[in-house]
Amino acid sequence: MTNLDSKIPEGPLAQKWTNYKAKQNLVNPANKRKIDVIVVGTGLAGGAAAASLGELGFNVKVFCIQDSPRRAHSIAAQGGINAAKNYPNDGDSIYRLFYDTVKGGDYRAREANVYRLAEVSNEIIDQCVAQGVPFAREYGGLLDNRSFGGALVSRTFYARGQTGQQLLLGAYSSLSKEISKGSVKLYTRREMLDLVKVDGRARGIIVRNLVTGELERHAAHAVLIATGGYGNVFFLSTNAMTSNGSAAWRAFKRGALFADPSFVQIHPTCIPVHGDYQSKLTLMSESLRNDGRIWVPKKKEDAEKIQKGELKPTVIAEEDRDYYLERRYPAFGNLVPRDVASRAAKERCDAGHGVGSTGLAVYLDFKDAIKRLGKNVIEARYGNLFQMYEKIVDENPYETPMMIYPAIHYTMGGVWVDYELQSTIPGLFVGGEANFSDHGANRLGASALMQGLSDGYFVLPYTMQNNLADQINVPRFDTNSPEFEKTEKEVQERIDKLFAVKGKKTVDSIHRRLGLIMWDHVGMSRNAEGLKKAIKEIKELRKEFWTDVKVPGEKTGMNVELEKALRLADFLELGELMAMDALDRNESCGGHFREEYQTEEGEAMRDDKNFMFVSAWEYQGDDKEPKLNKEPLVYENIEVKQRNYKTA
Amino acid sequence: MDLKLKIWRQAAQDAPGKFVMYPIQNISSEASFLEMLDILNEQLVAKGEDPVAFDHDCREGICGMCSLFINGKPHGPDAAITTCQLHMRRFNDGDTIVIEPWRAKPFPVIKDLMVDRTAFDEIIQAGGFVSVNTGGVPDANAIPIKKRNADLAMDAASCIGCGACVAACKNASAMLFVSAKVSQFALLPQGKVEAKERVQKMVAKMDDLGFGNCTNTYACEAECPKEISVTNIARMNREFLCAKVS
Repeated sequence: MTNLDSKIPEGPLAQKWTNYKAKQNLVNPANKRKIDVIVVGTGLAGGAAAASLGELGFNVKVFCIQDSPRRAHSIAAQGGINAAKNYPNDGDSIYRLFYDTVKGGDYRAREANVYRLAEVSNEIIDQCVAQGVPFAREYGGLLDNRSFGGALVSRTFYARGQTGQQLLLGAYSSLSKEISKGSVKLYTRREMLDLVKVDGRARGIIVRNLVTGELERHAAHAVLIATGGYGNVFFLSTNAMTSNGSAAWRAFKRGALFADPSFVQIHPTCIPVHGDYQSKLTLMSESLRNDGRIWVPKKKEDAEKIQKGELKPTVIAEEDRDYYLERRYPAFGNLVPRDVASRAAKERCDAGHGVGSTGLAVYLDFKDAIKRLGKNVIEARYGNLFQMYEKIVDENPYETPMMIYPAIHYTMGGVWVDYELQSTIPGLFVGGEANFSDHGANRLGASALMQGLSDGYFVLPYTMQNNLADQINVPRFDTNSPEFEKTEKEVQERIDKLFAVKGKKTVDSIHRRLGLIMWDHVGMSRNAEGLKKAIKEIKELRKEFWTDVKVPGEKTGMNVELEKALRLADFLELGELMAMDALDRNESCGGHFREEYQTEEGEAMRDDKNFMFVSAWEYQGDDKEPKLNKEPLVYENIEVKQRNYKTA
Repeated sequence: MDLKLKIWRQAAQDAPGKFVMYPIQNISSEASFLEMLDILNEQLVAKGEDPVAFDHDCREGICGMCSLFINGKPHGPDAAITTCQLHMRRFNDGDTIVIEPWRAKPFPVIKDLMVDRTAFDEIIQAGGFVSVNTGGVPDANAIPIKKRNADLAMDAASCIGCGACVAACKNASAMLFVSAKVSQFALLPQGKVEAKERVQKMVAKMDDLGFGNCTNTYACEAECPKEISVTNIARMNREFLCAKVS
């Protein structure tokens, strides 16, 4: 078994990070110039890390899949970023943010990592303000806060409905500053296709230049992967079109462990699916749940009439509306965590109370908020979201309640990392959504931005340095070495094999089918029978892919179909691992809801005795089942309880 | 609905390009414009033809990747949206739709409808940042900022760097893009320290890269998917002038 040492520092919880930094290894400025670091991805984690490592004096090469680092998918985050500043004086603290995050994650995250996250959250806000990020402000000139799901305090900083954009542009501006100084070299329109190991350490990557089609070799003393999550395994998700799991999956196949792959977040407030040609789902920020009330018709016959287009929601009387979140969870109401809100919506729709033409939607109604606050206040808070909704659905949400339904949004699982965010491959670090560490089985709203920037600005620059101190006498690597030669050859063979299939089915048609299998059996609620079926169907689909996929065009030059085929080949393996992990975990926790394990009231039933661990899967070869390793989770500073959002 | 798509095809930057007509049938009015192109590409792939290359990513109007010139307008006929937010209900059965890439010298075509916008990154690298390193900064609330200024800075900062302003301008001017960044920082105390150097460096870089001058037609503002105001250009001109004379 691989040694799973989480390397949590000694000392009391609140002192661990301070102690770590006090004792860590440092590299002197003259030596930093001799050390090369590769960063893959320019979202909040990758962009912030690349900029900060460049500032420190390391030689950084940064890679992005888009035409510019400013377009990474962090940009699409709408609602906000959490921090324990306690500016509103409503009782917040580092401990409370830590507590809420561990509880929100249903006690499946590592305590020390989460505490550090809460601890550096305040520095993130300071940093972003110093960069000129235009956060929302009060008339007195100070920063404004709003509240988000899973919390009883207002700790979310925001920049209208474009917080991700503004934070990413902050990181991008810092990155641009370092690029202009020459400490960071930028490579755009590149996709990482493999990791190169030399003597067991991560020493480089193979990327494909998406414009010329050429494979390139890049060497470094350490590699950081910050390539986001794998939600697009479901085909339809709120992720961007190029978001993919390949960098993480390739790391897995080179020996890094993959943790909790089945922990996927389904976001409750997305625009419902409308047709079979649909390419992606659009999220409506969770912040809308601050003022919007979620309901479905109490009477099934009303719901049926609405589905047929015979009845309008605005004419349904107050007493005929079921505000089911407020009914089931009086303390948190519409602001329950995402997993709880998603499941409750599914439960109502499955019971026949859903609305919209498909019956797979619930209402998010602003009528009362508009009456209470006025239309202009609602417009100032959510104007851009309302506009976006109207463009897509062709209905005015100021007059007719919005329709929403849950959709795949975020993956809590990812590459297993220790406290230093280093994988089980020495020299391979993983940050942001690509790693597994901080959110347990469910992520709270406005915590992804916090984790991405925490990893990028304040954790990785320290921990990577700690692990580079012994590398100062290691000379730069030659990319003509046998290891690079061999890895590139393997990538080329994978590409050749795809072209050689010469089948009939398009990549998207197979991807769409994978998505349906995943959504039906590895989605919002799961059961053993369905998961076994999914594993069987994914295996069959994978076989079909490798015997009947059609990849047109040339090996050289731009070839978008080839890019998609390479990503799908990896998703077809990753999807199976997700189902295996979900099948192994005989409990319900956070976003992982197993129908066999629920209370009489339909709430998730955890099994702490048998499942309080991180599942870390280890690759054993293409023809062998991956091996399950377990990292036990120990809670010394928090009382483990059944999550309860019914009473405060 | 049935449509005729007249699409610009160009194999590579130095290859000659031409319009090719593609008829397409049974498109739902609920589909987005890019989903319509996905359907076309899936049909082309099935026939063994080269699919149309176009840039796109988030498909929710924020990444700035999509960049189509549709029927003579950047991002198509509607105001205040990106191409990915355009829906087919905006068109009629039987329409011919002309689709071109951004056309501007500093944005060379890479393939078909995809252009190279590296020039925008180079302008930001010339000075579109506050020179603070990670760590050692003051508490966030130590710098109070008037709400009005913070709001104006946010208006300017909402630029997505898509390049529609350049594509819309007969001079291929990047003034709206550059002024949005200059304004964001000019309006905030954090940006004031380097304001003089910033505006001069960014404008010099913009000129260097071959973007044209502003002749006040305001086509940029009319076509900007984020409705960035031309008052930012006025603010940048003022900043530039003050920097030059002080």
